[in-house]
Amino acid sequence: MLKIHNLCTIFFTSRGMVKAVDGLSLELKEGKVLGLVGESGCGKSVTLLSILRLVPYPGKIIDGEVWFQGENLLKKSSKEMRHFRGNKISMIFQDPMTTLNPVFHVGEQIRESLRVHNYEKIPKKIEKEKVLKLIKDVGLPSPEQIYQQYPHQLSGGMQQRILIAIALSCNPKVILADEPTTALDVTVQAQILDLLRKINNDLGTGIILVTHNLGVVAEFCQKVAVMYAGKIVEEGSVNQIIFEPKHPYTQGLLKSIPKIGGKKTKIQSIPGDVPDLAALPPGCSFHPRCDKALPDCQKGEIPLQMIEKGRQVRCLLYSR
Amino acid sequence: MKCRTAFIGAIIVLSFILAAIFSPFIAPCDPLKSNIVNRLKPPFWIEGGSTTYLLGTDEIGRDIFSRIIYGARISLLVGIITITISGIMGTVLGSLAGYYRGRFDAVLSRFADLLLSFPYLIFAIFLMAIIGPGFFNLIVVLCFKSWVTFFRLSRGEMISEKTKEYVEAAQALGESDAKIIFKEVLPNIIHSLLVLATLQVGFFIILEASLSFLGLGIQPPTPAWGSMINSGRAYMLSAWWVSTIPGIALLILVLSINLLGEGLRDILDPRLKLEQE
Repeated sequence: MLKIHNLCTIFFTSRGMVKAVDGLSLELKEGKVLGLVGESGCGKSVTLLSILRLVPYPGKIIDGEVWFQGENLLKKSSKEMRHFRGNKISMIFQDPMTTLNPVFHVGEQIRESLRVHNYEKIPKKIEKEKVLKLIKDVGLPSPEQIYQQYPHQLSGGMQQRILIAIALSCNPKVILADEPTTALDVTVQAQILDLLRKINNDLGTGIILVTHNLGVVAEFCQKVAVMYAGKIVEEGSVNQIIFEPKHPYTQGLLKSIPKIGGKKTKIQSIPGDVPDLAALPPGCSFHPRCDKALPDCQKGEIPLQMIEKGRQVRCLLYSR
Repeated sequence: MKCRTAFIGAIIVLSFILAAIFSPFIAPCDPLKSNIVNRLKPPFWIEGGSTTYLLGTDEIGRDIFSRIIYGARISLLVGIITITISGIMGTVLGSLAGYYRGRFDAVLSRFADLLLSFPYLIFAIFLMAIIGPGFFNLIVVLCFKSWVTFFRLSRGEMISEKTKEYVEAAQALGESDAKIIFKEVLPNIIHSLLVLATLQVGFFIILEASLSFLGLGIQPPTPAWGSMINSGRAYMLSAWWVSTIPGIALLILVLSINLLGEGLRDILDPRLKLEQE
């Protein structure tokens, strides 16, 4: 339903061109949940913003296609694009604290989202009932009272629920969730994920979940794409990625999760840092940190190869 | 404590406004009617003064008290009209420039810098000399430069607000730019603009008085405080009240406007509130 093909988003900075997203292709099938995993700064958020064409200056989408319900979003005029944002594709942000406008009641803000895409006026009373129902749907108690509250009067978890209510207000086909649980504590994280799962089950809304938390991915997604330095390095079903990771980077990510129970072993980390996107190493961007690097890794572009159906890896280890 | 001074300021400003609105009912005499026989009478508490002319009379025998009351009309009207026009103009342009940046912002900002590089009074004298004195021209000249202050403040605030996530969220929701600028961001920055507006009103009142004093603003016989101060200059030694009393009126009004503005700032700025606690 949502298909990204060869997306390239580049930031033109004073230090030169920074390829935040480099030839990325993804597909989200109707009603599925796709996880997009990677370290900070690998281009996950920019990918989401590119889908909605909200890449901030000095970023620019220079190539690619974003197909949604048979239409290429990158070819739309900015006015047509507004019709998709929030209406058919909506977004949930990382930090609910700053995403809500501090000077309006939360009820007012949900109402606003209803108004943006309703060109005919609905009577105020029905509008308010809709808002109250949305507040209830996302699992908040006493909607009447919450309607009248300011964002700062709510806890982080409640604020995130309000944001989800805003995202749901126009019955979108796809929700882009940009690290929706990162700013919340663990018990609240679980509640928010349950809520998202419920939305996915009940309404059949497709979700792209951006996160760096593989635990969340394992819980929640059907398909996973692992990103590194603007490129997808591995893609597959959640079981394949979690239980038989192929790419050394995915393996490293999985090894760096502390395990509860079992023997006490030192947590392994991936050596080195995320490369500077403005000065990527030649060949595979991961080779300087890779313990299985071959001499050929430094040469030329490494293609993404299909190794099974629906399973792709960008690594020379699997090219033979 | 701060609240009390702001309250006193508010009361004084309010009473000036009421006096200006109801001046025909409050003023005991016609402010334009001269009476040569009673010229340069002192205020009532000085020997030779009478309660008919509470604050004395000027060089052609007009009642200073009545003229002060009518003069408040001019001062407040100039202050309020200028602040409304320049405030709206500066805020709209500043918000647009801060939101869109780019060439539009660059051109406007350079023009604003250019205007700011002239001293205000000299600039106003220069313009008034070109287009001639009068109430309407005075407003035009004052607005011509004063929008810059609002422009710069709202532009700066807009630039810093624009990076906040709620703006991004509103974009992701498909809201139009105009709606984001004026319905999402403006309510977040309006408090600092309001404080600036109150403080600027006092400044415009003084500026109007300065221009009228120089003969470039409101023309006699219309009572304006600036021209009243000027007309008493020649009698400073023999009849000090002709100049001094309008001066004191100006002082009280501007001072209480500033008190009010400062109090508003303390009430509206949450950071200052935290420091006090």
